[in-house]
Amino acid sequence: MSGPLLELSGLTVDIATEDGAPRTLLDGIDLTLARGEALGLVGESGSGKSMTVRAITRLLPAAARASGTIRFEGADVGAMDGSALRAYRDGGVGLVFQDPRAHINPTRRIGAFLIEALVRNRKVPRREALARAAAVLAEVGIDDPARRLRQYPHEISGGMLQRVMIASVLLAEPRLILADEPTTALDVTIQQEVVAILDRLRRERGMGMVFITHDLDLALAVCGRVAVMYAGRIVELRSADTLHERAAHPYTAGLLGSRPAIDRRAERLAAIPGRPVSAFESGQGCAFAPRCAHARPACEQRPPELTEFDGGLVRCARVTEIRPARPSKEASV
Amino acid sequence: MREKLRTTTGRLGLAGTASAVFLLVVLLIALAAPLLAPADPNRQSLLDAYTGPSAAHLLGADGIGRDILSRLMFGARTSLLGPALVVGVSLLVGIPLALLASWYGGWVDAVVARVFDLIYALPGLLLAVLTVALFGPGLTPAVAALSIAYVPFLARIVRAAARQQRVSPYVDALSVQGFGVLRISVGHVLRNIAPTVVGQAAIAFGYALLDLASLSYLGLAVQAPTPDWGVMVSDTDALLKGYWLPVIAPGVLIVLTVLALTVLGARISGEKPPRYLRRAKRTGDRRVPNTAPVGTPNQKETTVGAVG
Amino acid sequence: MTRLLLHRLGGLLTTLLLSSVLIFGSLYLAPGSPENVLFGSRMPSAAARVAVRHRLHLDQPLPVRYWDWLTGVLHGDLGTSMVTGQPVADRISAGLGTTLLLVLMTMVLVVVLGLGLGLAAAVRPGRVDGAVSAFTSVSVSVPPFVASTLLISVFAIRMGWFPASGVGQGLGGKIDALVLPACALAVISCGFLARVTRNAVREELAREHVQTSLVRGLPRLVVLRGHVLRNALPPIITAIGLLTAGTFASTLVVESAFAVPGIGQLTIQSVAQKDFPVVQAVALLLVAAFVVCNAASDLIQALVDPRLRTAGSTS
Repeated sequence: MSGPLLELSGLTVDIATEDGAPRTLLDGIDLTLARGEALGLVGESGSGKSMTVRAITRLLPAAARASGTIRFEGADVGAMDGSALRAYRDGGVGLVFQDPRAHINPTRRIGAFLIEALVRNRKVPRREALARAAAVLAEVGIDDPARRLRQYPHEISGGMLQRVMIASVLLAEPRLILADEPTTALDVTIQQEVVAILDRLRRERGMGMVFITHDLDLALAVCGRVAVMYAGRIVELRSADTLHERAAHPYTAGLLGSRPAIDRRAERLAAIPGRPVSAFESGQGCAFAPRCAHARPACEQRPPELTEFDGGLVRCARVTEIRPARPSKEASV
Repeated sequence: MREKLRTTTGRLGLAGTASAVFLLVVLLIALAAPLLAPADPNRQSLLDAYTGPSAAHLLGADGIGRDILSRLMFGARTSLLGPALVVGVSLLVGIPLALLASWYGGWVDAVVARVFDLIYALPGLLLAVLTVALFGPGLTPAVAALSIAYVPFLARIVRAAARQQRVSPYVDALSVQGFGVLRISVGHVLRNIAPTVVGQAAIAFGYALLDLASLSYLGLAVQAPTPDWGVMVSDTDALLKGYWLPVIAPGVLIVLTVLALTVLGARISGEKPPRYLRRAKRTGDRRVPNTAPVGTPNQKETTVGAVG
Repeated sequence: MTRLLLHRLGGLLTTLLLSSVLIFGSLYLAPGSPENVLFGSRMPSAAARVAVRHRLHLDQPLPVRYWDWLTGVLHGDLGTSMVTGQPVADRISAGLGTTLLLVLMTMVLVVVLGLGLGLAAAVRPGRVDGAVSAFTSVSVSVPPFVASTLLISVFAIRMGWFPASGVGQGLGGKIDALVLPACALAVISCGFLARVTRNAVREELAREHVQTSLVRGLPRLVVLRGHVLRNALPPIITAIGLLTAGTFASTLVVESAFAVPGIGQLTIQSVAQKDFPVVQAVALLLVAAFVVCNAASDLIQALVDPRLRTAGSTS
């Protein structure tokens, strides 16, 4: 099969509010993901990254309206009927949620949770499904899987529960994994392990992944390409290598600058002034302009387009002025 | 004054305001029954027995020719007096117990909770029936028994609300400033949980009305010639002869009064009005701060919303 | 789980024991001696009074009498009715079946209608929800005795579909006669259960794990049954337990209204006649029903929600 695994074009999500005026949460997202590729989706809360995942899985809140198209292996996700949608959710995409404690039914055993989709959707015999579940649990680094299968979610730790969640997604063998801040609710020491497991098992199985996080470094470590989102739009999209070297958009640069460096002692952490805004709060110009050190009056007038720059895509009207062109290297998107 | 009225009706909503008005009318009629009633509720005139509504008897007359409208008006007095006593007594007993338990915690709390559990295990109706078995039928033993049965219902709510207040920083602050238990409990804690208590008391009033009317219906509380809604419903003779008005009219009044009390009680204690009555109004940040004490005006405004 | 069971059982027995002491003690401390019931308006001679007191064991101290009564109860001897002279156990067993059938019919109605309405309201916001909410608001304000008179006047007297009082022969006749009483008892409980169900299911529908199930491609019905309803069960079970217990108490009223010869009517009659041995036994039976219903609902909850099992004591 050829063609991209996932293709978003012009994805826009509005949410109806009680006063009648719709609010825009996502504004014209264009993204493609090749088979087996890992793409990072980075942004602060309210940037629309979780809403993107919800749109891809058609889990938008009832009040939300999506426009634009989402194609998975060429099929229009928005047009899927009940059974097609279930088949797509069953074997097409798998979603790893942020908070496993809330996202796994607390009243049922781990085993029942893991095998439910296999037994219900694919008619796998219980015994075989349990055997597969135990095998995958071992793969995600859980010892004594047979015992874990009989335990309840409240009896195991959060880190282990997130591994269970990952195992449940791997069991379905989807072509695409959506990981929505999979480590944010975990202890820092466990975060690394969980991300490493997710990354390794995904590569082994050749699954594509959209990795959502607010942690740019984490995304750079796990993903080949990274899309930075701000106020419901993609502001920068480029390969992890070049992004790490030199961020083009002032916001991305701000994100890179606002983390403490390990190799030098920082007197003061550089922070982006102001607070992040949502798409509907931004004016007609560049949404980042009010916080941007490089902003000119013109930035507030006209929204910048996503343009090609330095081997990636950047949404900044002044990018050529503030980032002097470098001798072009081989860079590809 | 007008402004105040408007905010009150806004807070109570349409159903809440209608309930409050209905209850007020019933209360006024009960108080002014001797002035308003067209006839003596106990005067019999056998000639009028089972006559339908007429100029002489607006709602007709019962089997021994007593004026139904007058009986309903006077009946409101006993029907409301009983539950008022029940709620009053159980609040008087329950609030101090609950405040003590929530303030001191430990074994005081444990003992009080156990006693409440035990009383809770006995249905109020059964307790009342047993009391009547001991002391003979009448409003007094019935009210006494129900008062005991209703203490846990109200006290548990007060205890839970007060415990939440007890651990909030402002109580510590007051303690440090040297205010005593009584001052803090009554002056601050009780004031802050007042909407919850008043709302739940209104609901308890409704249930007590139901229980007492049931007992009067069984002939165990208010006694027969006295006009009372529950007693009036027990007129099976009229029912079996097909005259429904003398029986159904007091029944409907009981239902409406209890309905109004529960709606109003829920509204006062800050429950969300049912969806079909709610018109969304969005002003600013609707999120309730986590630290907001139960039923403070702050929370009430954010959860009740305006209903037009 | 075993610990919870034992804990619950212990609490149940304690409550029963305490209430038996309370009931026994209070009835015999009542003003007016029990033997006066036997004499009625006659003035007995002193010798006759002594003889009767001895026969009724009233000349023994209270704790001894309580102990005798308690051991009797445990052996199935509930004493003798002071009015009819029959064993109390016989009088009770005559009405127990009817009352149990009445409560069963009521609860079937309550569970079917209450759960159905509550579920419909929860999964269909808007008009259905509004209609159900309006219905429940009214129905929780209709006491059984008012419902009884309404039902009698419409379905027994106007339509003549069901008998207005008494029960017929055989199980069919019994069920036929108990339809209206069961409906009268069910009205108020239906409303409560519908409300509790609606809120519980609503709350559970909004939980994150429901999204997990949906995003795994499980059919909506499977998610509703296996995850939403199942998890919403604890408050619903508590409500059913409380409502069953309350229904036992309400049979006092409804059995009197429909002249159903069950435990409820027996209680009211015995109270009117001051037939203390019967009142005592029946009251204890009703308390037992109440306590057992509550304990049973706690245990079923622990079966449904594993988190409650390890929590041990819930109170």
